[in-house]
Amino acid sequence: MANKVFSKDAWLEALGGLKEHYRVFLPLKDGDFFTYKPIEEAKKIHFDYDNTRLSPKGLIFPQSERMFEFSLDTQDPEANILKEAPKDDSPRAIVGVRPCDAHAVGLVRRNFDNPEYRDPWWVKHVEAATYVGLGCNAPCATCFCKSVGGGPFNEEGLDAMMVDLGDRFLVRALTEKGEEFLSRVQGGEAADEEVLKEARELAQKVTDEMPDTVPTGRLKDLPVMALFEAPFWEEVAFACLNCGTCTYLCPTCWCFDIQDEVYKTEGIRLRNWDSCMFPLFTLHGSGHNPRDQKFQRVRQRFMHKLKYYVDKYGDGVQCSGCGRCVQFCPVNIDIRRVCGLMDAYEPGA
Amino acid sequence: MTGGASLENPYLPYPVRIDDIVVETEDKNLKTFKFVFLNPEDEEKFAYTPGQFAELSVPGKGEIPIGIASSPTEKGHVTFTVNKVGLVTTHLHNMKEGDVMGIRGPLGNWYPWEEMEGKNIVIVGGGFAFTTLRSSIVYALHPDNRPKFKDIIVVYGARSPGMLLYKDELAEWEKRDDIHMHITVDATDDPDWKYNTGFVPAVTEQKVTSSENAIAIVCGPPVMIRFTQPVLEKLGFPPERIILSLENRMKCGIGMCGRCNLGDQYVCKDGPVFSLAKLKNLPPEY
Repeated sequence: MANKVFSKDAWLEALGGLKEHYRVFLPLKDGDFFTYKPIEEAKKIHFDYDNTRLSPKGLIFPQSERMFEFSLDTQDPEANILKEAPKDDSPRAIVGVRPCDAHAVGLVRRNFDNPEYRDPWWVKHVEAATYVGLGCNAPCATCFCKSVGGGPFNEEGLDAMMVDLGDRFLVRALTEKGEEFLSRVQGGEAADEEVLKEARELAQKVTDEMPDTVPTGRLKDLPVMALFEAPFWEEVAFACLNCGTCTYLCPTCWCFDIQDEVYKTEGIRLRNWDSCMFPLFTLHGSGHNPRDQKFQRVRQRFMHKLKYYVDKYGDGVQCSGCGRCVQFCPVNIDIRRVCGLMDAYEPGA
Repeated sequence: MTGGASLENPYLPYPVRIDDIVVETEDKNLKTFKFVFLNPEDEEKFAYTPGQFAELSVPGKGEIPIGIASSPTEKGHVTFTVNKVGLVTTHLHNMKEGDVMGIRGPLGNWYPWEEMEGKNIVIVGGGFAFTTLRSSIVYALHPDNRPKFKDIIVVYGARSPGMLLYKDELAEWEKRDDIHMHITVDATDDPDWKYNTGFVPAVTEQKVTSSENAIAIVCGPPVMIRFTQPVLEKLGFPPERIILSLENRMKCGIGMCGRCNLGDQYVCKDGPVFSLAKLKNLPPEY
């Protein structure tokens, strides 16, 4: 696989030259935060964010997406028959993705692309995307990727990886898609062994220094009903406002709603991000609601990520350790603490 | 036996035309809709097994998960009995024969037909949840299938005689000797009522005498299920042979949208049919 080194200016210029091959998205400053946006909107590109406030999941799983279109015009012979809404699945490059957010794509894939069903849109959007990561030289205090199977330079889910070497970027292709991407980037030089070694040592140092503080080892073996009935859920949920911020910011939350909208005689069916924090999420037509209490909804979110998912797929938790929910929860509910409570739980003690 | 919607796009409904609408109950809140596929080849793709459900898709209003009331032995159409409760069902109740809409499915699993072969089947149903049980009875009574099963015992209850579904068929089944029908109503002032009076659990206790070589399939409102379960256990049914069909709010129907789960199981994809044994190890969030 190819490795190239770019001066920072050369890299930014090279990204600008990719338009004929890709729609390029990257984190751009947006008020006090960073948001993934098309490169055309960039006034200035700076790869110096901790991470974006919203994860890049919206680029492959839009917050609101048209599924179907239909006519309700009784004169139309095709009235009431749903047609797939057209989509732009031309190649897109998502540049500057933090390793946690790329790792999350693999966790979510199990939901949208499984032996029984494939979600056609999610699958095509991912196929169209080339993920170019940016290793984390300085993980935040809220980051815990290392505890959940990732790391600040984890390559899983990435097609290429940028490493910030001060005045230069090393860009390494990791997959065929990444190779193709790198071959289309103008400029740069082949990386020599010295640069590669420098990058390896940096990655090793940052990874070693990052604390691994969130225990997950016992989750798999604890009985599901014991955790479900554990005494701490009311306390964990006490301050929760059910605002849903955690679920919207989370790169591994995939729940969605399906709604129809009509304007005059034209209709669309669309899906929107939904949240297990909202009572409507599970409300039956009869008025019965299996999760009508706040603590039940909070429990659902943590049990889903840290127990049900673990049991279902046998390969770790549904969390990539990005820390957004920790940072942005208005009442400071901390998944690292909840995970610790669950992992340390002694049924019957 | 099949499961699964269109492989290409599991969200795309098959277009159907409403062929017939029957008002089932005296409160007019339950109607049975008979659908015919606009593209005849879709009927083959919609190959289902009793116990499965589908999403009824009313363009402009949305989708609702409803148990399939027809049996795969009935060709040329599929039927669904719909209770009027919300936005989509209310709109559907106002639709007319000839209107075009969609159905998406079949979805979910089904009653354990292979396991039930060579066994007595005890069917316990209440209220408007009798739909997939009607499918099951028609399927099991079909001449191709009837020899596979031993006794078929049915306990079906509704609030009052006028609230029973499929009254004509119930009367026909009553006359047959290869199915034992025990119809009941909670209460009635009809002096000509010739069947049972009393709640489903009590009638089950009276009429079902043995659990030997039997599987019970139960579908009804939560209160009926709650009180029927101990009756069946008292009769000696082990939890593995008590089969329940559940409902939860659903959208996608294919285990992706995330709302209908009981622990790591989705009612839409891993259910709606669960054994009591399985449910005992799952959070009771239904």
